[in-house]
Amino acid sequence: MIDKKAIEHIAKLARLSITEEEAHEYSAQLGKALSHFELIAKINTDGIEPLVTPTEIESFWREDVVKQEFTAEEMTANAPAKAGNLFKVPPVV
Amino acid sequence: MSYRGFEPVIGIEIHVQLSTKTKIFSADATTFDAADNENTSPISVGMPGSLPVVNRKAIEYSIKTGLALGCEIRRKSVFARKNYFYPDSPKGYQISQYDQPICEKGQIVFKVDGVEKVIGITRAHMEEDAGKSNHLGDYTLINYNRAGIPLLEIVSEPDIRTPAEAAEYGRTIHQIVRYLDVCDGNLEEGSLRCDCNVSVRKVGAAQFGTKVELKNINSFRFVEKAIEYEIERQIDAIERGEKIIQETRLWDPDKNRTFSMRTKEDAQDYRYFPDPDLLPVIVSDELVEKIRKDLPELPIARAKRFQTEHGLPESDALVLTTEKPLADFYEATAQESKNYKSSANWIMTELLRELNTTNKKIKDSPIRPEQLGKMIALIDKGTISGKIAKTVFQEMWQSGKEPETIIKEKGLVQVSDPAAIEKIVDEVLAANAQNVEDHKSGKKKNLLGFFVGAVMKASKGQANPDLVNKILLEKLK
Repeated sequence: MIDKKAIEHIAKLARLSITEEEAHEYSAQLGKALSHFELIAKINTDGIEPLVTPTEIESFWREDVVKQEFTAEEMTANAPAKAGNLFKVPPVV
Repeated sequence: MSYRGFEPVIGIEIHVQLSTKTKIFSADATTFDAADNENTSPISVGMPGSLPVVNRKAIEYSIKTGLALGCEIRRKSVFARKNYFYPDSPKGYQISQYDQPICEKGQIVFKVDGVEKVIGITRAHMEEDAGKSNHLGDYTLINYNRAGIPLLEIVSEPDIRTPAEAAEYGRTIHQIVRYLDVCDGNLEEGSLRCDCNVSVRKVGAAQFGTKVELKNINSFRFVEKAIEYEIERQIDAIERGEKIIQETRLWDPDKNRTFSMRTKEDAQDYRYFPDPDLLPVIVSDELVEKIRKDLPELPIARAKRFQTEHGLPESDALVLTTEKPLADFYEATAQESKNYKSSANWIMTELLRELNTTNKKIKDSPIRPEQLGKMIALIDKGTISGKIAKTVFQEMWQSGKEPETIIKEKGLVQVSDPAAIEKIVDEVLAANAQNVEDHKSGKKKNLLGFFVGAVMKASKGQANPDLVNKILLEKLK
């Protein structure tokens, strides 16, 4: 089961602000999802390799060749705030 | 080594910036001096919908480093997302490797105060670097040029027991990655960064104490000083009956102390999971063997060979192998001169002194190893004396000319004609009759050195010193 405290912890990690009611609601919803996974976890998987990716293709590696397709102006164009070509964000320390 | 009955336990994580031309998951350049956000793309600034594609070179460099550290190379390793919010990581997660890193279970060997030390390497995994934040009080400015530059994080076992060992471990890793040419090793630019985990426990205790992480130290001298300080700080706290708090501390080189970073209320919870945007890294046996075959001889092996095959003393072998270009220079010189010890001496004294005073790197030396080798061969052949060779060396350093040319132009050829030397000896003895008398009568102590000096001076340093000695001894009988 997943309690309200766990929900609040997850919300904090995801930088989500949730109300008391929402915490209760999500606790019930996520609890259901988790209990379904508990059901799946009961299936015997002895000798089966964990699956990292569903595709069977071999690794695709890029050669180490520079391709500069965008300018700094373009890459910062959507920034809510900037200084020159630097992204400007609220203080972090 | 015991500190007031306590034993330090130290483990080190070193982030090595791999010197690829492009980032690990995008084709942005990795140049250090680029303008603000010039080296960015939708992938490196974390635009929704952008997809990472791994750089072959980053994988090859990681394997190369892993092999040099004696690691096993995982044939299938997996990229994972390490989730946390910080503006220098634009996606809200860092792509790293978690439970299946590319390199595991290695070890390195080095000497501290003449004693051999073996330190285990737990793992080395690939990850992307973060951007650079500039905190300016009311706001923070972010530059993503560094975001996505490939890093190999090398994690040691907690095998280190003293600050000096920790610093030497760092220096050894630094030396190895530079030998391999997978990292430029520029500490000022942050190409290699050390995090040190330090704890102390009562000598003989089986359990580790609570560890404190010292972050982002960019010099090995500071690694030593920071750990030294931290050991004393922890023991003081324990002796006062305090508990050590698991925290991250920073080293302040100006105040010579560590200080606590903002303590996090929550324990970190990175919720690692395999990155669905990236395929597992499948490495073939052929690729690993090809890279293994192309590995350069590493400093420790090379220093051993210089001792066993070239007969150099250990101290010379260690100095000459500090950097690969220097070791290469020595070997090329010795190949030409056929005189190992003399080549080592000329490089370690004359050449390194000139390089140091002019602040030049070995690759910028105006004297090529073949030229130095030829000059040493000319000494051994008796064409020039060791003393004259210093003049030739200076001239080569200034003009870059061949030693034979300089000797010819300046008329520096050594006089090895006995008759010519005898003539000079006679002149010197005639001019110093009283000294000759005193020498022969034994009135004054052995004056041979004085006469040799006088003859060499009279010949402008060009007389063959062995012949001068021989002729003088006969004349003074």
